[in-house]
Amino acid sequence: MHDAQTQPTVYHKNSLGGSDIKVEVRDVSVSYGEKQALFNVSLDIPDKSVTAFIGPSGCGKSTFLRCMNRMNDTIDGARVSGSLKIDGAEVNDRAVDPVVLRASVGMVFQKPNPFPKSIYDNVAYGPRIHGLASGRDELDAIVEQSLRKAGLWAEVSDRLQDPGTGLSGGQQQRLVIARAIAVNPEVILMDEPCSALDPIATAKIEDLIDELRENYCIIIVTHSMQQAARVSQMTAFFHMGSLIEVGPTEEIFTNPLESRTQDYITGRFG
Amino acid sequence: MTDSPRTFPVREDVERRLAKRYRAELRFRTAGLTAIGIAVAILCILIGSIASEGVPAFTAKELVLRVELDADRVDPEGDGSVASLRRGSYNRVLQDALREAFPGVTARNDLRTLFGLYTPLNATRLMDAVLDDPALVGNSYVFTMPLADDLDLYLKGRLVEDRTLPTAGRLTASTDGDIVSLRSTTADFTALAREIEQSMAAEARTLELRVEQVRLALDQVPAADAPRLQAEADRHAAAAVNLRQLARAPDGFLPLTGDVPSVIVESGGQAFRLTQLAVDGKSARGEVVLGSGLVENADDWTLYVVDTPESRRRVSDQLIIWTRSLVEREMIQTGFNTYLFANADSREPELAGIKGALYGSILTMIITMFLSVPIGVFTAVYLEEYAPKNRVTDFIEVNINNLAAVPSIVFGLLGLAVFINFFGLPRSAPLVGGLVLSLMTLPTVIIATRAALKAVPPSIRQAALGVGASKTQAVFHHVLPLAAPGILTGSIIGLAQALGETAPLLMIGMVAFIADAPSLGLAGFTEPATVMPVQIFLWSDGAERAFEARTAAAILILLALMIGFNAVAIYLRRRFERRW
Ligand SMILES: Nc1ncnc2c1ncn2[C@@H]1O[C@H](COP(=O)(O)OP(=O)(O)O)[C@@H](O)[C@H]1O
Ligand SMILES: [Mg+2]
Repeated sequence: MHDAQTQPTVYHKNSLGGSDIKVEVRDVSVSYGEKQALFNVSLDIPDKSVTAFIGPSGCGKSTFLRCMNRMNDTIDGARVSGSLKIDGAEVNDRAVDPVVLRASVGMVFQKPNPFPKSIYDNVAYGPRIHGLASGRDELDAIVEQSLRKAGLWAEVSDRLQDPGTGLSGGQQQRLVIARAIAVNPEVILMDEPCSALDPIATAKIEDLIDELRENYCIIIVTHSMQQAARVSQMTAFFHMGSLIEVGPTEEIFTNPLESRTQDYITGRFG
Repeated sequence: MTDSPRTFPVREDVERRLAKRYRAELRFRTAGLTAIGIAVAILCILIGSIASEGVPAFTAKELVLRVELDADRVDPEGDGSVASLRRGSYNRVLQDALREAFPGVTARNDLRTLFGLYTPLNATRLMDAVLDDPALVGNSYVFTMPLADDLDLYLKGRLVEDRTLPTAGRLTASTDGDIVSLRSTTADFTALAREIEQSMAAEARTLELRVEQVRLALDQVPAADAPRLQAEADRHAAAAVNLRQLARAPDGFLPLTGDVPSVIVESGGQAFRLTQLAVDGKSARGEVVLGSGLVENADDWTLYVVDTPESRRRVSDQLIIWTRSLVEREMIQTGFNTYLFANADSREPELAGIKGALYGSILTMIITMFLSVPIGVFTAVYLEEYAPKNRVTDFIEVNINNLAAVPSIVFGLLGLAVFINFFGLPRSAPLVGGLVLSLMTLPTVIIATRAALKAVPPSIRQAALGVGASKTQAVFHHVLPLAAPGILTGSIIGLAQALGETAPLLMIGMVAFIADAPSLGLAGFTEPATVMPVQIFLWSDGAERAFEARTAAAILILLALMIGFNAVAIYLRRRFERRW
């Protein structure tokens, strides 16, 4: 049995420190009540690229993802320590309003969770509560833009008033992405966004992620090695609450430095 | 290699278990169906019996009278002022109209009986009609009023056993002083005479048995009681002897006393009440109740028998005859019982209505709704969505659940102590009733709302928080609308419970007899009132038999209200239910 706390993270070349760093994480730990779920994670996440978190289930990927938009605040008994800066601004600062933070850090969940409202209202909800549009026309424009960016416009443009819950699973997930994009975030967090989808819908979402990369910093949790390899530029491997190894995706998959990374990628456990 | 499954020993095992499982399933289903069957049957019996009892109360037998509103009767001052009109003798107007309908009734006693066709409270209704339209003074006016409750029951066939016998012969009646002799050309009275004779003999036999019992008991009672018992035995014995004597009809006539069925002969506008039946079955003696008493060879006549003896019913033969005559003359009509809905409570069943109780219920429910629903929903939202989970909130939660189980009368006691005695609010007022019922309904609303909030999937909250909604926005924009159907259903069920509640209202004095409906305005909240279930409770205790039917009718109305409430709950649930 490894003692995770004593394991230092293995950083590949260029993976800690650099010029276009969006998120800078230092010594972040999370515990739920008595139980510690994340141990001293330090990591830099580059802007305008896709970073994948991989690891066996229960290793703390989602927990870490939730640190980025302080969703852990909504869980009773969750405590977060360490420093997490987005564009140099401390996220864990008491002065930071999580509501404001979440407007710039969007999140997409494992199971598509559109509101039981119309497609239009789903996308328009964020802009409405943040007052991003000054009129009906502007709101219409934001909705259309977001749906276009999420690659859903062609499919739903003629039925914007239909309920969002009536769409197929893949369409719902893209609707949720459109909803996240609509508030103009800088970082988009995705927690296993394709695990509830069929391969065709998955391929569409992956293409979408590849397009979105040009404008956003995307962090995706996945349990599919292939998906991580296909869509991400950076990969971080977690195990039992510790960040084991992080580096450019190609290197992690072709030349892992840690034996556990190697074992996980080749499917020996997980 | 053969793959016949029977060769596998495990397969047999499975088969055996399978048969057992099927049997268990069948047993369970039969038990379920039986339970449902029993429940449905009981419900049907319950509703059926209430309906059969209550439905007749929805119609009323009404007396339609053309009354002469002479100025000297209704306008004593002669100036047409309200004060003068209020002092008019409206009951005399009604009496005059009845006298006119029965000109032959002149004796004081008979007149008093005649005026028993209606309750004098109707005079007030006539006065109200005149006050509404003073132009009626000096004119004749068609006034409709409910028939006295007993006669209403009689006409609905709920008071006496009666029948009409066929007649074949021709009837001739002739008066001799006060006594009328009736003769038929055939023996039309024979069957009746035989019956009366037998019933007299049976009655005598019963008396003789009683005498024997008393004589046997004489030996065992203390000496002090003996004379009283002896006297009783002697009295019964004498009565029996007398009955047997009468039944033998020494003068050829059987007497019709108040203890045997009443026999009434009607022909044209005439009506006779028989006092003696000839044993030959062809003739009878009686008295004239209606008409001149002269009939010549009429072949159109009826023999009407009221099997319930006069001594054992609340309406006399006279009243029955007059009532039948009014029906014949179409002066009694059957209409929808508007009094039941348009009037508040009354001592007279025929004028008693549920309006007061209904208004009281509405006012009380308004208070209950506007207090318990908002407070309950917001309490539940706070506890479910905002409150930290700690000992204090646990304690509050346990206590709310306990409150839901507290007997409702306790809330009544609390209301009496706090609202009436401490805050000095008026007794019997819908305001206090509503406050008390709010206390009772709150836990139900809170528990239902919390359950509805819990049922909203957490993913919806996450989604809202994820796009930057604040907690309050997430709750009010997404969670509450999704929980609305459940909250509405819970609240309506809580209110329906409050609507049917009696016990706590007894404590705060909403159980009084209140003859005026509260006004449906702001003032109504502090006026004395009662509510539907309490009205039912009061009527069920009413002395008059007519209240029985009205009790059942009020139960039916309350049931209809409840079903209405629940239908609204179901409709709202369907309407607002959204899938996620
Ligand atoms: N809300 C929570 N309350 C308590 N423990 C939690 C909670 N969420 C996650 N955990 C625990 O934290 C650990 C990491 O969970 P998670 O981050 O969901 O793992 P992953 O997403 O990698 O599968 C697990 O051991 C899990 O049991
Ligand atoms: Mg996870």
